[in-house]
Amino acid sequence: MAVTLTDRAADHVQRYIAKRGKGIGLRLGVKTTGCSGMAYKLEFADEAQEGDLQFESHGVRVLIDPKSLAYLDGTELDFVRDGLNEGFKFHNPNEKDRCGCGESFNV
Amino acid sequence: MSLLQISEPGESPEPHQRRLAVGIDLGTTHSLVATVRSSSAECLPDAHGRVLLPSIVRYGPGGGVDVGYDALSSAADDPANTIASVKRFMGRGVADVAKYGALPYRFVDAPGMVGIETAAGLRSPVQVSAEILHCLRARAEESLGGELFGAVVTVPAYFDDSQRQATKDAARIAGLNVLRLLNEPTAAAIAYGLDNASEGTFAIFDLGGGTFDLSILKLTRGVFEVLSTSGDSALGGDDFDQAIAMHWRIAHGLVDASGRDTRRLLAAAREVKERLSAEESADAQVTLTWGQQLHLRLTRREFEEITAPLIQKTLGPTRKALRDAGLAVSQIDGVVLVGGATRMPHLQRAVEAFFQREPLRNLDPEQVVALGAAIQANALAGNRAAGDDWLLLDVIPLSLGLETMGGLVEKVIPRNSTIPVARAQEFTTFKDGQTAMAIHVVQGERELVSDCRSLARFELRGIPPMVAGAARISVTFQVDADGLLSVSAREKTTGVGASVVVKPSYGLTDDEVATMLREGFDHAQADRDARALAEQRVEAEGLVAAIRAALAQDADLLSPPERASLDAGLASLDAARQGADHRALKSAVEALNRASESFAARRMDRSVSRALAGRRLDEVPVK
Repeated sequence: MAVTLTDRAADHVQRYIAKRGKGIGLRLGVKTTGCSGMAYKLEFADEAQEGDLQFESHGVRVLIDPKSLAYLDGTELDFVRDGLNEGFKFHNPNEKDRCGCGESFNV
Repeated sequence: MSLLQISEPGESPEPHQRRLAVGIDLGTTHSLVATVRSSSAECLPDAHGRVLLPSIVRYGPGGGVDVGYDALSSAADDPANTIASVKRFMGRGVADVAKYGALPYRFVDAPGMVGIETAAGLRSPVQVSAEILHCLRARAEESLGGELFGAVVTVPAYFDDSQRQATKDAARIAGLNVLRLLNEPTAAAIAYGLDNASEGTFAIFDLGGGTFDLSILKLTRGVFEVLSTSGDSALGGDDFDQAIAMHWRIAHGLVDASGRDTRRLLAAAREVKERLSAEESADAQVTLTWGQQLHLRLTRREFEEITAPLIQKTLGPTRKALRDAGLAVSQIDGVVLVGGATRMPHLQRAVEAFFQREPLRNLDPEQVVALGAAIQANALAGNRAAGDDWLLLDVIPLSLGLETMGGLVEKVIPRNSTIPVARAQEFTTFKDGQTAMAIHVVQGERELVSDCRSLARFELRGIPPMVAGAARISVTFQVDADGLLSVSAREKTTGVGASVVVKPSYGLTDDEVATMLREGFDHAQADRDARALAEQRVEAEGLVAAIRAALAQDADLLSPPERASLDAGLASLDAARQGADHRALKSAVEALNRASESFAARRMDRSVSRALAGRRLDEVPVK
């Protein structure tokens, strides 16, 4: 079981954490809302929660609660540019369909 | 497609709930747009990676509009249709614009604000600014992948009502929802996170391309207040380029150089100036119109000598701002540098020497205002945790008041009051049976209406007829967070009211603001005398009217000698009213008051006995 970051994503996460001035890593998760049922959670992590699973990818610590991991296993987090727009994108093999917005998905 | 940003712990937005908000620095020479992404504020670059957008708009012959670098390149070939530095014309009349000297534009005297005749037709400065804002909005929406929820747009702290309103109008035309206008120095302070300290007093030193502004900010329990502002609307980085170019022209016998050659020299001067911030000397090559090649060279030492007077020029307004705020240099807890020109090392040294502390400069001085605006926009859009909301206070640059009898100004909101603010003051009628009252709203520091600027006039009608001084008219001045004024008046016994939102007649220049402030100090003594005289004249007029009315009614109460002495008093007061000595007038008023005392007492007795005549004691109301 694992979740990984691309090189580019790890670079950006490290830069953002440095600019923010604090944080032990990145928290990924899944919330059950949104137009396709579930939504990704992408947050700075200031501390580990009980039961968190932790991964290390390109020098970035990734924290995930066990419930979310079931939906995220095998996911790769990427940082992409689309014209002037830039941001993070989940490549999740568990995802069956997603709404056009990319903010929510179904498994 | 929406790409994700990293949220603060526990603050991941619901899908489609993220509100996109930006901060916009609408500058005289450059404009920028910034946003907060993954908890960090950053300026958004265009497709070529440039964050600065030259504040230049070109109206092409075919109806096309170019903004920024595209317009910049046509400035030399089509100057009349290429509008630069439009910020100076915002909310300004044609007379103000004339002060900027020869400009290549076809100005049209439009009502309220100057207009510019272009290839695309008549355009107001508001529309030109809207083109710049529209361009930034498009860049932001493309960068953030969605429609903007709103924007915070910055304005200089000294911008008056008309300039703020014009800026808001421009944003609205550009399709932006203005969350609020924010003073530029306040935005710079936010960018440096000075709002995270519990308190402190800060100086914001902003030397841009063409303007210099110094603001003193005070932070108390997370609330910002602008204590004072000062500056020079005709001093900026461009003057340093001019100084270098002039130095070369004298050195190479080119004092009479053509406009085109002067522009080439200026471009080289700017390049050399920028390189000298990092290097000890810099070279440039300029080919003059007749083919001559110039090899130009400048050392940092020469540059510093040439421009020393310009550096000195920034310190005068700096001292004044401190004086206005009533502060000593030692009471300043931090200094922030804003504007590209503050990259010059000798300027930084001068600021450091003046304030005896190292200025904050780790953020890009050209970006700080936009970054601070973005942080504020993010907070106003609700992208922060609940309970984390803070207020920002700004000040009004000039006192607001209204005209009272005798052409005097009654200040309702004093200058440097923090906004938003609402103040009410009670006024009354001056004449018996007066049913209407003219309300004249003025702005300025002087005591006489004629020396202040007229903002608006309106009338309160329907006051019930009462004796002079009985009506109670409450006049409320309200300045909202954007610095816009509304005034309302209400007669308290009947509730009749009238109000006006002040969209002032345009035309107050920065210089006028500065001059009005200076005159306020210079004329303090003369103003006090003028005020005293005007007050005494009003007093005298009221007394004369009252005595004449009393004589018409109850002259029989006076013996001939008493009558004669009262008439003499009236005559001498009339004479004193024509004079300019408020002390003489005051003693004449007092003399007449004394002379009429016994007459007034007898009239009082008579009216009491008339009221009581023929009535039993229990019919008399007890008070």
